[in-house]
Amino acid sequence: MVSRQLSGMKKNTILSFRFYNSSAQSLSRHQPPFLMLAPADMPTPPLDQSVSRSPLCKITGLALAGMARLLAGASIRWIASQPDTCQRVYFANHTSHLDALLIWASLPRLIREITRPVAAKDYWSRGALRRWLAEEVFNAILIDRTDIKVHQSPVDLMLRQAGDTRSLIVFPEGSRSTSGEVGEFKSGLYYLAKKRPEIELIPVHIDNLNRVLPRGEFLPVPLLSCITFGPPLWLERDESKLDFLARARRAVLSLKE
Amino acid sequence: MNDIRTIALVAGVLLLLSIVTGVGQFLKRHPDRGIDAAAVRTFNMRIRGWWVLCTVLAAAFWLGSTATVTLFGFVSFWALREFITLTPTRKGDHRALFWVFFLFTPLHYVLVGLNRYDIYSVFLPVYATLFVLARAAVAGDYKRFLERTAKIQAGLVVCVYCLSFAPALLELHVDRGPEGINQLSSRDANFRLLFFLILLVQFADCMQYVWSRMLGQRLVAAAVSSNRTWEGLLGSATSTALLAAVLWWAAPPFQPWQAAIVGLVVAIMGFAGGMTMSAIKRDRGVKDYGTLVVGHGGVLDRIDSICFAAPVFYHMTVLVIGS
Repeated sequence: MVSRQLSGMKKNTILSFRFYNSSAQSLSRHQPPFLMLAPADMPTPPLDQSVSRSPLCKITGLALAGMARLLAGASIRWIASQPDTCQRVYFANHTSHLDALLIWASLPRLIREITRPVAAKDYWSRGALRRWLAEEVFNAILIDRTDIKVHQSPVDLMLRQAGDTRSLIVFPEGSRSTSGEVGEFKSGLYYLAKKRPEIELIPVHIDNLNRVLPRGEFLPVPLLSCITFGPPLWLERDESKLDFLARARRAVLSLKE
Repeated sequence: MNDIRTIALVAGVLLLLSIVTGVGQFLKRHPDRGIDAAAVRTFNMRIRGWWVLCTVLAAAFWLGSTATVTLFGFVSFWALREFITLTPTRKGDHRALFWVFFLFTPLHYVLVGLNRYDIYSVFLPVYATLFVLARAAVAGDYKRFLERTAKIQAGLVVCVYCLSFAPALLELHVDRGPEGINQLSSRDANFRLLFFLILLVQFADCMQYVWSRMLGQRLVAAAVSSNRTWEGLLGSATSTALLAAVLWWAAPPFQPWQAAIVGLVVAIMGFAGGMTMSAIKRDRGVKDYGTLVVGHGGVLDRIDSICFAAPVFYHMTVLVIGS
């Protein structure tokens, strides 16, 4: 049933979004501050990269998604929530290098095409293969953690790259936790929600993946993991930053059961 | 398939499954018979599980012994995944676990496929154990050291080592027919022996449930399992021994009285396996090993009885052949 919904949605939603993308009107309606404040040396990235992705990238993407799900024995649950092609931000607890790949792989293929993981530039642009994987296969948004400027904040960069159609995968803890506990959320998620209040924020809980590939290890152990998607939440009117971040963190924790 | 006994066994099992399926469907259509609907649903699900089991086994048998050993290898691998997933290990065990999954488990099944009993009978219990102990020590984490390594070892022995004795039956020289060792009929005999084991284990599980429901009074260990009773164990052991004696012709080296003893022991071992896995599950606070996998019970829940019965069945067969 979900797939039928999606294929219907593909015709309506994605095509119309593509149309919007190419029209300057929609861009100016949604994003004037960032586009105007962007420095001149930051070219606006092409917004619809998946359309032009080569077959090799697509096949590699499919194969990696399948392998990741098989290796991590991932079972995928949607609780009070449905896969949808509308613009979303998936935010999850961060336990392993595999997190972004596995969330990306857990989404239905159509949604995967329009979802971009946000990843650290210092790690993913090292070496040609990693860069190719990040940029071409996962279509990731690479954030430079060492070079954060005032008018080039990571949140602005993410939103600019996401445009009106792309969903994002973010890890609000900032870095992988070593203890297995979910750490405090950094404020980026709050600013994301504040600047684009209409985007659905989907909490995602990743269970047991830290045992599949713990921090500092490079060989995986094929245990079973579980990815749980929860119901969307939005920034409430007059909600303070701390309240919102605490609520978002609780939303992720509540999916653990 | 050119053996009359194989055909008889296959036909008998198909007939039995069809009858049971018919009964299940009848009960489903007539909910007013005084049997509660949940039990009927469980019954029907169990029957569907048997059809799947028989189909998979038939396919593996048809493809030959290498395919069967490989199939059991994958089942072991998956069961071990479930076992270790539910067992808390620490980061210091990570490297040891990697080798357990990707070296020891596959290599053990390769040795089983090559029929190197002299190596595989000690490979996991001795060498893998020593390796896991040393690797965890080298990793530098001494917290609850013996507890952690013992868990990994228990998982390896139950899920991999014990289960592998089931496909190892295929490598025994069981058929000493009047015409000498006939290659084809010998292969059939081996597959019948393996199927005989699986049939007895499934039957014992089933009878345990039936007798517990009918006569069950005294629970064996209420804290561990709420439906395994002494009456169920006794009834299941007796009925399995009877079935084994009736089907003695299907299992090549056994006389009827030997088959009955085998049936009795298989039922008791299956019971022991179920109790053991229940105890582990209770300790971890889960109902079945499949809770992490949405939609079906775990592999380990299905094979716990076979894991415990297989090595005993194997060695009893060897004993009978040798005498």
